Amino acid sequence: MKNYLLQLADNALILGHRLGEWCGHAPEMELDIALTNIALDLTGQARSLYQRVAELEGIGPDGTSKTEDDYAYLRDAWEFRNTLLVEQPNGDFAHTIVRQFIFDTYNYYMCRALTQSKDEWLAGFAVKSLKEITYQLRFSSEWMQRLGDGTEVSHAKMQAAIEELWTYSGELTTPNEMEKEMASKGIGVDLTNIKREVDIKMTEILAASNLTAPADTWMQTGGKDGKHSEHMGFILAEMQFLQRAYPGQEW
Amino acid sequence: MTSLNLEALFQSKIDEETKIEPKDWMPDAYRKTLIRQISQHAHSEIVGMLPEGNWITRAPSLRRKLILLAKVQDEAGHGLYLYSAAETLGANRDDLVQQLLSGKAKYSSIFNYPTLNWADIGAIGWLVDGAAIMNQVMLTRTSYGPYARAMVRICKEESFHQRQGYEIMIAMAKGSPEQKAMAQDAINRWWWPSLMMFGPKDAESSHSDQALKWKIKRKTNDELRQQFVDVTVPQAEYLGLTVPDPDLRWNEEKGSYDFGEIDWEEFWSVVKGNGPCNKQRLQARNKAYEDGAWVREAASAHAAKKEQRKLEPQLATKAA
Repeated sequence: MKNYLLQLADNALILGHRLGEWCGHAPEMELDIALTNIALDLTGQARSLYQRVAELEGIGPDGTSKTEDDYAYLRDAWEFRNTLLVEQPNGDFAHTIVRQFIFDTYNYYMCRALTQSKDEWLAGFAVKSLKEITYQLRFSSEWMQRLGDGTEVSHAKMQAAIEELWTYSGELTTPNEMEKEMASKGIGVDLTNIKREVDIKMTEILAASNLTAPADTWMQTGGKDGKHSEHMGFILAEMQFLQRAYPGQEW
Repeated sequence: MTSLNLEALFQSKIDEETKIEPKDWMPDAYRKTLIRQISQHAHSEIVGMLPEGNWITRAPSLRRKLILLAKVQDEAGHGLYLYSAAETLGANRDDLVQQLLSGKAKYSSIFNYPTLNWADIGAIGWLVDGAAIMNQVMLTRTSYGPYARAMVRICKEESFHQRQGYEIMIAMAKGSPEQKAMAQDAINRWWWPSLMMFGPKDAESSHSDQALKWKIKRKTNDELRQQFVDVTVPQAEYLGLTVPDPDLRWNEEKGSYDFGEIDWEEFWSVVKGNGPCNKQRLQARNKAYEDGAWVREAASAHAAKKEQRKLEPQLATKAA
């Protein structure tokens, strides 16, 4: 259970972190606000999940209980369970939108299915998050179309971003052992069930955006089991700097 | 009505505390002064996102990270309302943004200082937003209606910003010796630039008299600066931190603090572009604008295509 929640939380945390890098640098003020909104929602979701994990872990053998920040700031890369996609760099705005769209499509159908979880807390979390995730999917789908079907330049940039990031799309809907087990208990989402819906939505939006997914792409996996890309270490070095340099302080 | 009568009528409205609204007659100089002031304020909000944005990815806890994201996002929102307020005076947002990017327009010099340690995020909220609030609370009563109303909304969010800044300072000042040292380092660097935010001394302020007569401003630079010092020094004392001014002392007779002379050479030097980050701030804004050009163009092109597609079936029906 704990690892399942951590995986959901880590995806939200790391993608939120990447979006936070845009703050103050987006192509328009309105986009700055929108990207920050998504970063806020994702970071908020990560907090709820980490708090739940801490609650489930209870008081440890040393007599203390963990906090949300212990999970975000005091684990090393191999302990993070986020997918490879969300740790990819922002690149240009096309990369950010394509990354977001791939994640949002998965996240929307995953979260919708999660509202049926046998775990009451998780089902409640999913109901609450689904509103935010629905907005996120709408935002990224609209921008896929604007940029894919905008100018020649924007089309080329979007197609290039898809070619580069597509290799990370498969991991989202490919269950690892832990996910299989959680699905069999009716707590987690059966990813093989949502894969079809995810694929249909992707195909629909790509077509509306005049973009094509590359055929026969090798799908990279490993993030869910702690085998990350080289970007992960740098994300953590930056994010965890203060907690690591000055351990045990209140901020 | 002659322009003389119009001007007398305008001034009498101001004297009676009736707000001036976008469609009312106003002297050209009033309009120009407001466009300059409101757009400078908008630019300051937008450039102000940069020094704080610098710490978003390094915020030390999830709670702090969320608060900082929300705060910087508020600043983008303030920038937008203020550009809209300037547009009610006939200015155009794109032109105003161009003036910022070319370096022609000014923004608050405070944002040309770097954020070097985490306590700077606290000091900006506490001192910089604190100084801004002094000015902005006054502006909620400014004579131009849309500006006054924008300020009411902005002030509510700014007071949250200031509180979160002071809360960071409390955590740091009560924390480990290293944290306390960070807090002191931050106040050492931000104190004087914060006092400079109120602008030149009254005797040397070129825009002040007319702005007071028109009730764009209601207090002078020096009055606001004094008010800020009086409110802020006890807050520093509560934190157990020292304000870097050897001449600072309570003056029993006047019931307020005496404080040292601002380094006006530094003030003018930063205004002229020689602050530690003037170049970097403008470069960052220009880079965001240039890198985003293809995105804005694509969005317009796509909107035009969509409009065209909506029209095509109608045209086809008409032709049939």
